[in-house]
Amino acid sequence: MAYKIIVCAKQVPDTNVIRINPETGTLIRDGVPSILNPDDANALEMALEIKDKYDDVTVTVVSMGPPQAKDLLREAIAMGADRGILLSDRAVGGSDTWATSNAVAAAIKYAGDFDVLIGGRQAIDGDTAQVGPQIAEKLGIPQVTYVQEYELSEDRKTFTVQRQLEDGYEVVEVHTPCMLTCIKELNTPRYMSIGGIFADPDSKIEVVNADDVQVDKTTVGLKASPTNVFRSFTPKPKGKGVTVEGDTEKEMADNLLIGLKYKQVI
Amino acid sequence: MAVNFEDYKNIWVYAESRDGKLMNVALELIGEGKRLAEDIGSDEKLIAVLVGDDSVADLAPECFEYGADEVYVLADPLLKNYTTDAYCKVISDAIQEVKPEIVLYGATHVGRDLAPRIAARANAGLTADCTHLDVSLAKYIKFANEKTTLNTSNLDPNSTDKGLKMTRPAFGGNLMATIICPTTRPQMATVRPGVMQKLEREAGKTGKVTKLNVNLTEDDIRTKIVDIVRSAKEMVSLTDADIICSGGRGLGDASGFKLIQEFADKVGGVVGASRAAVDSGWIDQSHQVGQTGTTVKPKVYFACGISGAIQHLAGMQNSDIIVAINKDPDAPIFEVADFGIVGDLYKVIPQIIAEWDKAEELFNEAHPEEA
Repeated sequence: MAYKIIVCAKQVPDTNVIRINPETGTLIRDGVPSILNPDDANALEMALEIKDKYDDVTVTVVSMGPPQAKDLLREAIAMGADRGILLSDRAVGGSDTWATSNAVAAAIKYAGDFDVLIGGRQAIDGDTAQVGPQIAEKLGIPQVTYVQEYELSEDRKTFTVQRQLEDGYEVVEVHTPCMLTCIKELNTPRYMSIGGIFADPDSKIEVVNADDVQVDKTTVGLKASPTNVFRSFTPKPKGKGVTVEGDTEKEMADNLLIGLKYKQVI
Repeated sequence: MAVNFEDYKNIWVYAESRDGKLMNVALELIGEGKRLAEDIGSDEKLIAVLVGDDSVADLAPECFEYGADEVYVLADPLLKNYTTDAYCKVISDAIQEVKPEIVLYGATHVGRDLAPRIAARANAGLTADCTHLDVSLAKYIKFANEKTTLNTSNLDPNSTDKGLKMTRPAFGGNLMATIICPTTRPQMATVRPGVMQKLEREAGKTGKVTKLNVNLTEDDIRTKIVDIVRSAKEMVSLTDADIICSGGRGLGDASGFKLIQEFADKVGGVVGASRAAVDSGWIDQSHQVGQTGTTVKPKVYFACGISGAIQHLAGMQNSDIIVAINKDPDAPIFEVADFGIVGDLYKVIPQIIAEWDKAEELFNEAHPEEA
């Protein structure tokens, strides 16, 4: 019996290189590369590790986004995934996490049944960590988030995972079908293989719309989203202070300490 | 799914506890929730919701002393340890039955696992990792004018709108966004630990405790907690620290943190780090300050070899005093620093360590009139 893994992945702007236009306070998105969301790369790596170990595993990557998010699926297939499904439709644009989970859950149902659903903990453009648990709820399956290590039982029906806590971790057992969300401590994602890059990945990618996945259109998109952006803005820059003077490091240290004493903070 | 707002009343705080102790963030949220309740109206209550086995009710007095008007208890032996399924079920059931107007959770590894699942079940809007909350539009305008670049001229300070305005960092901390839930109830948010203020403890303050109905069986819980391992390493309590000494990529390599540790030991501080230093593998992630790490506001924040990426600034710019030590005079960190030292941190920090105990003496010499 084939063992089916579905990975949820998102294409995101690399927020580490985004800059703000200080004049207008807006994001400068020009030249910002789109990347496979880092936590999702760990999720894909986990799926591919399981695929490496057994010869009956299929890995399907499901994503939602604009047509250019197909690049992400090409990358995933070049890394070793078998199939990619991109839900791309204006009807799902502007979705908040609640609406996104409705859309992605429908795309997952379209992709077919699965043994385990794996995603990243959170995407770096929103950092909410909400979509994973919300998909699990919509699909009615148990979830374990913040997965930093895992073991799969011999019959492949039970995952025993370490779920990271702020001051340690808990060991959690969960039976398939289930959803796991991964953090970067889990593994190091592999690179794309040369064979994979040249193997015509497009033949393994399917781009679908809201009708194809039969999602209820009153539950997706901007209008259906329970949360709305009221305002967005940049924080006010804090005023620049003084440069500590001194000809030697000792003088600078002394002047700093005098200043800190003056401010009564030490 | 039209919702009648009149049916929804009071503010709930999920008062998270672990090992029989309330989390700090629970007390912070009780304080913040109490302020919001007062802004909504005199009959709006702040209710702390305790979830656990029967012993969890023992935490009710502490909730009252920190500002809760009432406490709800959801207790069952099956709730001894946190599991997503059990906690989600009992809290969702309570929300459906009692209908709170607002529910707040700490943005901990538990709150961020639990709240989205509840929001999906309740068809409620949820905003993650909030750093500021308002119900009064007048107070929101004041906040925006003081702390942000938002043009507030088109917002009406006399508006009677009491919807929850939830502000959070977006795009890796490069932007801030304020989120509202105009059509659904309850309005829910997870809130970053260390951001909100606890109220002054009022010893002996008490109130009404209500045990809510729990309808839970073993079959409802599809995960099994096999073990809970607390890491041997001491928990880095960046949120409570008065002084933080942080290192960044400018340290050059992992060994630089030895000097930062020595510095922190001398000044009675805690070691922090930038994301760049953590991503380089020089120090554990628990030390990370910033949008994806911990938000801090110590009395003094020493940024050593930290350039000042926006996502780092988002997590430390509310510190009382920021000291930046960096070789590069153009580093953005100097834009937010109260005191900037342009120099080699490996030469400057040892001097600060050597002179630290003389600070009083140096100050008196420099300001004899105040001695």
